[in-house]
This record gives sequence, structure tokens and C-alpha cells, in this order.
Amino acid sequence: MIYSYLPFIILLLGACAYFIGSAKAVAVSGGSGGIRSLHSLPSHYGALTALCCVLPALMVYALWQIAEPMVLTSMIKKGLPAAMLQLSANEFSLVLNDIRNAVAGNSLSGSGDTVILAAAQRYMALQATAGKIASAVILVMMIAAVLIMYSRIHIHLRARNIVEGLIRISIILCSAVAIFTTIGIVLSVLFEAIRFFKIIPLQDFLLGLDWSPQTAIRTDQVGSSGAFGAVPIFVGTILIALIAMVVAIPIGLLSAIYLSEYAHPRFREIAKPLLEILAGIPTVVYGFFAALTVAPFIRDIGTSLHLEVSSESALAAGLVMGVMIIPFVSSLSEDVLHAVPQSLRDGSLALGATQYETVKNVVVPAALPGIVGGILLAVSRAIGETMIVVMAAGLSANLTFNPLKTVTTVTVQIVTLLVGDQEFDSPKTLAAFALGLILFFFTLCLNIIAIRVVQKYREQYE
Amino acid sequence: MELTSQLANQSFPTLPTYDFAASLEQTEAQSAVRQTVGNPFLDNPRMTCRDVAVFYGEKQAIRHINIDVGCNEVLAMIGPSGCGKSTLLRCLNRMNDTVPGCRVEGEIRLDGENIYDPSVDVVPLRARVGMVFQKPNPFPKSIFDNVAYGPKIHGFTTDKAELADIVETSLIKAGLWEEVKDRLQEPGTGLSGGQQQRLCIARAIAVSPEVILMDEPCSALDPIATAKIEELIAELREQFSIVIVTHAMQQASRVSQRTAYFHLGDLIEVGPTERIFTNPRHRLTEDYITGRFG
Repeated sequence: MIYSYLPFIILLLGACAYFIGSAKAVAVSGGSGGIRSLHSLPSHYGALTALCCVLPALMVYALWQIAEPMVLTSMIKKGLPAAMLQLSANEFSLVLNDIRNAVAGNSLSGSGDTVILAAAQRYMALQATAGKIASAVILVMMIAAVLIMYSRIHIHLRARNIVEGLIRISIILCSAVAIFTTIGIVLSVLFEAIRFFKIIPLQDFLLGLDWSPQTAIRTDQVGSSGAFGAVPIFVGTILIALIAMVVAIPIGLLSAIYLSEYAHPRFREIAKPLLEILAGIPTVVYGFFAALTVAPFIRDIGTSLHLEVSSESALAAGLVMGVMIIPFVSSLSEDVLHAVPQSLRDGSLALGATQYETVKNVVVPAALPGIVGGILLAVSRAIGETMIVVMAAGLSANLTFNPLKTVTTVTVQIVTLLVGDQEFDSPKTLAAFALGLILFFFTLCLNIIAIRVVQKYREQYE
Repeated sequence: MELTSQLANQSFPTLPTYDFAASLEQTEAQSAVRQTVGNPFLDNPRMTCRDVAVFYGEKQAIRHINIDVGCNEVLAMIGPSGCGKSTLLRCLNRMNDTVPGCRVEGEIRLDGENIYDPSVDVVPLRARVGMVFQKPNPFPKSIFDNVAYGPKIHGFTTDKAELADIVETSLIKAGLWEEVKDRLQEPGTGLSGGQQQRLCIARAIAVSPEVILMDEPCSALDPIATAKIEELIAELREQFSIVIVTHAMQQASRVSQRTAYFHLGDLIEVGPTERIFTNPRHRLTEDYITGRFG
């Protein structure tokens, strides 16, 4: 019983240890001139005591949590009949699974085998004993730690430095988790992509003009040769991103100029957050909008002009994606425009320049690096965007620059390749990782350039 | 305890027994508008200010000021911070238009034309009344483009050689040509502070203004750069009218012909610089230039 509450008990004891430590620190300082004679604050001594008490206990607890099933299983194995031990590895693991299920209280896969039930009961008994032992060990450890610390606390103990050091280490560990997760993601994509490139050569993938990733599952299947030329996908991605840019750059930049240079400050305070709300709309909502409103609208206009427009067009997806990234462009540009020193505007106005001349010749050129940085960030966002294009751009990989045709993008293909029942070692699914790697590489480059450009701009005025 | 009572009893012989706040209340009680000492009017003025009052929202920054700016003279405006001298200066080319909530009453005339008349366009006005700011503010462009900026936007010339000519003349007049003639395409922001300020003066000269307003042009510069600018102001007087706001009274006495002393939105005293500094008539002027406050 006590074992299941152990984490709480550990923390509770830790809190007690804190008060014991700080009380002891106050006590030792009493004889020699008050708290000032202590090397550190009483709270540091308390924290040190608590940490010495809690950290090893938590470590032992975690270790035991991991080791328990392995240790107990190997103990159970000894008690099983000899016939079972001679089963093959696969069958034996099934037996162990049955035992574990019986322990967890689930129904057994086969009929209630007495051997397995007996083993499960033994397992539970062992688990209870082991839990008691572990709890006892941990509690004794904690009490011992408190006692040792209690005897060690004196006015010269450098508790502050030790506590600060421990905090430093824990902060480093936390940031390491974030970094290693990123590295892990990149590596997992990279290794799968390498597997893909072992089957399909890199140059065929990067330079091939034909994309039809349906591979034959059975050898007698027809029409599923599998071609992995990614050029049509890249062209589709670039086409949609270009349309999005054509929409977002003028509107975003001009609204940024209006907000920063022309609008009344009070209007700016209200309008800027409103514009940023656009960035908070889930992209799937934009997707509805693109697929159900914009795409049919474009098709209707196209047909009335006797143009051939597919119901899912690059234009619809690009337009809506452009609307989606307007807030990125306008918000980032507005920030840099606003950061241009007023003295430059005054200098230009004092020479008799009009407001527009000032904006065009002085303010925008001064803010240009920052604006470019903002636009590049928006581009990388547009290229990585999935939902809008999944819903509005279509799936067929046409190698075309005609915005009225259906095209597909890298992200859409990744989704379609991985959706549904798939074998995970066919070139078809592995191609998704290759596409993901290329996409990651591309947006990474864009972001690096954007950050560099923004940094360069910052140095100018600070 | 002992220390404070000692301090309280001790008298400080070096401090004057002048009660600034009391004198202020007294003078304000006497009249809402203080009479300017000295003659602010000139026979043949370039600019005239009549009854000029400026409000920032509810707050009145300057009150009913009359003053003339003569041709080919340097008029120095001095006074403690917040006295309204920069406000008046920024009225002279309507730079106050860009300040939200700023309202100007009265009449300011340039060559007889009221610059606050609704029919007046600020763009040509600011070409006629140039301005140099406290902190050098070259555009993040090349030295050449900084100077060529004004002539270009006003369409003075479309000819490249002529433009280069204007740039060269302006830089020569600003005393910067020798230092920058080999690096006209380098950014203006790469120059030293004093050079940047002379570049800003060259930029103002390039549109051939009649009046140049200078708002503490040397307060961000070291003494050597300051000396160069002061020398330059003396030369520029031959062609332009110059109004300079300064906190350095030495500078006012060195570069100006007339000096105007402002105090809390009022023009207290105006007169020939030499007389103001040797024989001030108003007590506030005297207190300020002898360094008792400000």
C-alpha cells in the first residue's frame, strides 16, 4: 500500500527536510552572532537538506519502477513448469503476456490455465513484498540523508553555492531535453530517408519529372510501377507559395505601413492585435474556406470566362494561404517600421519631403532588412503549411505553372503517403520521410537566412 | 539627529538668498503675459512672429511671443529646459504639424507670407526653411544620396552632372568636401558624429533654403567638432538666416548677433548678443546667464 503513495511521501518528507534544515541553520547561527554569521541564508540550508533527501530517493524510485518488471519476470520464470521453458521465444513471450494480463486483472487470452494463474498470484505476492522492501529502503535512505545533513550543517557550510549549482544542473538538463528531442526528430527522419535513398537513387528523386508513388503490393498487380520524381511536387509547392506571397507581401506590407506611419496611435493599438488574431485561426478553418468558398468561386469565374479551371486549383489554395500569412508579414514589418528612429522621419520631413516620399525613400529602406526577414519567415511558414493545401489544392502531381490546374505540395504528399494501411518498409511510405527531410532542410535554410537578416538589422540601431 | 540639526542651523554663504519660486508667482500674478524687455522687431525682417502661442493639448507651451528673424543674422534662443525655445523653433517650419495635439495661434510670416495660412503648402515651406536637429540624423544611405535627397524630391534637376554639382557645392559649403570627396558612395552613418552633423547641414543647404533652423546642433558633439560647426555657422550667415537653439551660453555669445532669452513660455528679453551677455536688463536673464539657475 505504502508503495503506491511513495512519490507523495517522498515529497512530503522533502518538505519536512526543508524546515528541519533551515531550523537547524538558524539554531547553529544563534550561538555565534545571528543569521549574518551564516555563510548562506537559512532557506539555502533548508533547500540543500531537502534536495539531498529527495533527489536520491526519487532516483532509486525511478530505477525500481524500470527494473521491477524485469526482475520479477525472471524470478517467476524459475517457478514455471519445464515444458513451458522449452517453448520457442515467441510462444514464451505470449505466456509471459498472459501472466501480466492476469496480474493486471484482464481476462486471459486462452482458457483459465491454472499454471498461469498460479504464476500470476506468485507475481503479485512478489510485487507486494518488493514494494514494501523498496519503500523501506527509500524511507531509510531519506531519513539517513536528513540526519547526515543535520549533523553537517554549520555556519561555514557553503549551502548557497551547492544549491545554485544543483539548480544550474537541473536547468541545463531541461534545455538538453528540448535540444535532444529536436536532434532525435531530425535523425529519425534522416535515417528513414536514407533507407528510401537506398531503394530510389537520390538523383532520380530530386530530378525525376514523374511522381506516382503507388507501388504494387502483390506482384501481379497492374498499373502500380511507382515513380518517385519529386520535381512536380516541388514545382507545385513553389507555385502555391508564390501565389501566397503575391497576396501576402503587398497587403501585409502596405497595412504595416499604414499602421506604423499613417494610422492614429489609438487606431494602431486596436487594429494591430485584431490583425494578429488572423494568425490564431486554425489552418483547418482556412482549409474549409478555401475548399468550400474560394475554389468554387474561382471555378465559376473561370467557366464564365471559358477557361478550364479544375475544382481544386493552386490559385484557391495560394490565395487563402496568402491571407493566412498576411498577419506574419504585417506584424513583423510593422515592428521594424516602428523601430525606425523618429529622427530619420523628421530629417526627411524637414527637407520638405511629403509623408509618402519619407516612407518610400527613408523609412522603408531603413527597415528593409527587417521586412525581408519577416517575409522569409512567412515564406517558410507557407511552404510548411499543410491543411489548406490538403483541402484545397488536390492530390495529383501535375508538372505545371498554370495556377488554374490542380497541383500538389510536399506536405500534402507526405500526408497521403502515410494515411491508411501501409507497410512501413515500402518505398512509398519511405518517400514521405525523404520529402520531409527536403522540406525540413529548405525551411531551415530560409529561417537561418531570415534570422541572420533580422539580426543584422538590429545591430544597426542598437 | 544631531547631524540634521547642525545642517539646519548652518548657513551657506555661497548660495544666494534668491527665492526662485516666489519671484515666479509674483511675476505671474502681475500679468498673464510678460512684457518683453528690448526691441524684438527689425526693419527688414526675413521672418516675423506676431502673438504666437503654442498649445500641446491643454497645456500652453509658449505665450504670445513677438520676435523677428533678420536677413543674414544668427539669432540665438537660450533659456532653461522646457522654456519653449525649441517649440518656437519648430513652429518656424511647421515641424510641429507632426506632433499630435499641437496647436499654433498667432501669425508667423516668411517674406511677408503667413506660413500658417491654410493655402500654404508645407512642402515648399520646409524647402525654404531648413532644419538641423540635435542628434545627427543622416539617412542610412550613401553620403552622396544623403545630400542629393532634397534636390531629388523637389525635382530641382534630372541631370546627373548637375546633381553632382549641387552635392559638391553643398558639401564644400558645409566644410565636409575635403574629408569625404573620395568616399561619396560610403554610408553616411559611417562618419564621425561631427561629420554626420555637417552632412546634415549640407543636406539642408542642398535645397537652398532662406532660413536654417538649428536645434542644439552641437549638444551631441565633442568640443573640436563643436568648434568646426560654430565656424561653419559664421560662414553660412553670409547666405542664410540662422536661428539656433542652444544650451551653451558661450556658444550663443560666439556665434550669434542677437540673443533671445525665454523663460517658461515667455520671451523675457531680446537684444544684441553683446549687450545681453554684458548688460542684461531683466533679472531673470541676468540670473540665467550668470548661472544661478537653469
